[in-house]
Amino acid sequence: MIATKRFNFGTPELLFTLSVAVLLIVVVFPMLLIFFNAFWVDGHFNVTDVLRVLQRQETYQALGNSLVLSGGVTVTGTLVGTLFAWLVTRTDLPFKKTMKLLFLVPFMLPAFIGALAWKMLLSPRAGYINRFFMDYLGFDSPIFNIYSYAGIILVETMYLFPFVFIQVSGALERMDPTLEESARISGADLFTITRKITIPLVMPSILSGALLIMLYSMAHFGTVAVLGIETGIYNIPTLIYEKIHQSAGSFDSIRTATVLATVLVITAAAILWLQNRILSKGRYQIIAGKSFRPSELKLRGLRIPILIFCLAYIALTIVLPTVTIFMVGGLKTYGLPFALENMTWANYSHILFEWDLTRDSIWNSISLGLASALVTMFAGVIISYVIVKMKVRGKGLLEFLGMLPFSVPGSVIALGVILAWSGKFGVSLYNTVWIILIAYIARYMAFSLKANSAALEQVHDSLVEAARASGATMAQALRDVVIPLVRPGMVAAFFLIFLPALRELTVSVLLYGPTTRTIGVAIYTLNEDGETVYSAALAGIALIIIVTGEVLIKRLVTGKNAA
Amino acid sequence: MAYIELKQVTKLFGAVRAVDRLDLDIAQGECVAMLGPSGCGKTTTLRMVAGFEDLDDGAIRVGERIISSKRDNFYLPPEHRNFGMVFQAFAVWPHLSVYENVAFPLRIRKLPKEEIAARTEEALKHTNLWKAAGDSPDDLSGGGKQRVALARALAIRPDVMLLDEPLSSLDPHFREEMRFEIKDLQRRFGFSILYVTHDQSEAMALSDRILVMRSGVVQQVGTPLEVYGEPANRFVFEFIGLSCFLDADLTPTGMRINGVDAAWPAGIAPAPELLAAGRACLAARPSEIDFVGEGGLRGIVSRKAYLGETVDYRVMVGDAEIRVQKGRRVPGPGIGEAVGLAFPRPHWYPTA
Ligand SMILES: Nc1ncnc2c1ncn2[C@@H]1O[C@H](COP(=O)(O)OP(=O)(O)OP(=O)(O)O)[C@@H](O)[C@H]1O
Ligand SMILES: [Mg+2]
Repeated sequence: MIATKRFNFGTPELLFTLSVAVLLIVVVFPMLLIFFNAFWVDGHFNVTDVLRVLQRQETYQALGNSLVLSGGVTVTGTLVGTLFAWLVTRTDLPFKKTMKLLFLVPFMLPAFIGALAWKMLLSPRAGYINRFFMDYLGFDSPIFNIYSYAGIILVETMYLFPFVFIQVSGALERMDPTLEESARISGADLFTITRKITIPLVMPSILSGALLIMLYSMAHFGTVAVLGIETGIYNIPTLIYEKIHQSAGSFDSIRTATVLATVLVITAAAILWLQNRILSKGRYQIIAGKSFRPSELKLRGLRIPILIFCLAYIALTIVLPTVTIFMVGGLKTYGLPFALENMTWANYSHILFEWDLTRDSIWNSISLGLASALVTMFAGVIISYVIVKMKVRGKGLLEFLGMLPFSVPGSVIALGVILAWSGKFGVSLYNTVWIILIAYIARYMAFSLKANSAALEQVHDSLVEAARASGATMAQALRDVVIPLVRPGMVAAFFLIFLPALRELTVSVLLYGPTTRTIGVAIYTLNEDGETVYSAALAGIALIIIVTGEVLIKRLVTGKNAA
Repeated sequence: MAYIELKQVTKLFGAVRAVDRLDLDIAQGECVAMLGPSGCGKTTTLRMVAGFEDLDDGAIRVGERIISSKRDNFYLPPEHRNFGMVFQAFAVWPHLSVYENVAFPLRIRKLPKEEIAARTEEALKHTNLWKAAGDSPDDLSGGGKQRVALARALAIRPDVMLLDEPLSSLDPHFREEMRFEIKDLQRRFGFSILYVTHDQSEAMALSDRILVMRSGVVQQVGTPLEVYGEPANRFVFEFIGLSCFLDADLTPTGMRINGVDAAWPAGIAPAPELLAAGRACLAARPSEIDFVGEGGLRGIVSRKAYLGETVDYRVMVGDAEIRVQKGRRVPGPGIGEAVGLAFPRPHWYPTA
């Protein structure tokens, strides 16, 4: 007995070791390199030098901008999200179900494509709306300059408010309506009830959604890159990009980038920690009991005006930018008015069938998405299995390592991957798709772990034990019993990764080489190079691919669950 | 004059007539219970009185004042009705302390500080919550939360208290205790109560009058004794207390049940129109059926069970089973014995 125990290195330990190794190489090693590069100067641990970097104007300005922009977006996004959530759950607004779905559409659309559209509409000189006001209505200056803090905040708000919307509408739907009715019968008017009862009760959900907005906005590259660089507004991710690209590997820029990345990681970790605390401590028991019946505030005279307001908001933030993208994509030359004789299909056929750069980018994004989703899905199911089901020592470590990338912004992962895989350690993947693939795997591993762990929690231990008792080996039990049961989790993980990977920009923009542009990178660089119509056309194609993908997958997943 | 008056109150949800032309008067200080099966429109009626639902017909008056009226399309908002209301799911606010929960309606009314303090304390003391004033309601048991809800409703010194199954989420032994507490509070403060329940013993114990409802339509309004003793129809008879029904063919001199003939029970014949129809339903409480040696409706005892104070018999008459309950001290027949059944207090209803 004792002898076998001592050398008991069976399947669990093997899986555990493998899992830890994968996470160490893919996640931990690049991250450590960032900290190492940031703090280790000329063979010394050096904090003063980090402070020196932080005191440079461009650095602290980028930090300040990140703070101002993400703070602004958080405030506006939270207000907008809470307002709409309240309208679709607590009032008799017409077509509430449809409106609710419409408010979720911005989640599907990549923010940087939206930014591109708004640039076309509201850039100070060439923007169509600004020109319309100046040329036809006699304004002598642009009505709004999108290349500004306000512009960036507005555009990001349009795409990030659903974080709060989802959380708050969920909380309001689950909330017992008699909590509000008892305040009403106590003599409080609706305004007082909203202020003293409703808002405080859903405050944990509001805050947690707000922190998610902040997290994403801090780490977000696209919108600031499209709208800010023109007027010198950099945030942390765009400055990292600038440093890496202009430096061609200069030591000082890489160090600056690693210092910025470190700040970003710490902030993100703090935000997530706070969110966790709010979620675990602050949830009130407000779930409805037996007598549940959603009671609606009658908007009476305001019903139609508010409906019109909501529809106008959707038209302005979803329809208008989308239409603009497709229209500009069909222009013979950027800047021409939208008249039939200026329109052509040629741009679309050119980027789809003739131009290698754009065709490659579509191919790259799809294959990268598939590959990273597959790899991460399988790695994720094995690692979650070890975490959830196996009794191995040290699995807490595994869980921590796996969830780590959740708090690591994309630009940080990309930077770490550059440091690790550009030849310093014997392997150079720089300028190949492999480096992007590795970064995607690191980035999306946490998604896969979450989905798979959730599915595995549902699988009771006795099922595996029954299989083992019937004579199956661990591997057979896995294949014949566990995998079929966790397939839903795996499918979910696959799509949770495939769809975002398809539209990814923040990571790939730091890692792309001449032939390894992703769709996002291609759209972004075409726009930078002044190829606005091609950029818009490609963005249009991307929107079609993304929306088709989302819709197909929703169908597929809900259809399967119903069966 | 009636203090609260509901007149022809009607509520439609699409095609469903949730409440259908309901009339009800409640006197000052009176407690009326609304009783009926699930989905019969009790909560809807209460919510119309509270002002949460508009009316599709009719009007509601309190004192001299119309508070809801379909004709004038006037609805006094709930926050101006000065009613106390207690909901089934407690609806105490978890983000406020017990004290703040009870003080909330007073603060809303912008009363002077001393008065808020005095009235909150009074309400908390009457509901035995004074010690828990600083606690969060989430730390209280179900009964504790329900007391907070009661105290909150009491604090405004309401003229009318609306209670929607306030005890149904409590443990059975708590329920009885709270019943007495509610009754005590009513005696002390003198408000009127409209009390929704589907528990008949609760309705009987608490109320001066009971309103029985079915599918939105009022079946009977009366004192507990009236409703129990003189049910207006078969539904009320069945809903309140134990019941037993027998379909009978009627002849001018007697009746025939399941092929067994018998004379009119104790000379109490059905109403002439039922007699003319030739068929009727004989209803009786199991405790109000007697065993007789001779005559009566003949049957055979098929089961006998001791339920503590009472003995529960099943008697087969043809192939119909009749339930009879007698006190344990009354000597009764054994299983397999042939007996006669007499009906000293029968009720006749048209055949269902
Ligand atoms: N908001 C609503 N929309 C549609 N139908 C409703 C609504 N509220 C109630 N109803 C319907 O009206 C009828 C009466 O409902 P109500 O809640 O008043 O019954 P209840 O007597 O309180 O029942 P319970 O004992 O289950 O609480 C039911 O058929 C119910 O389905
Ligand atoms: Mg009810």
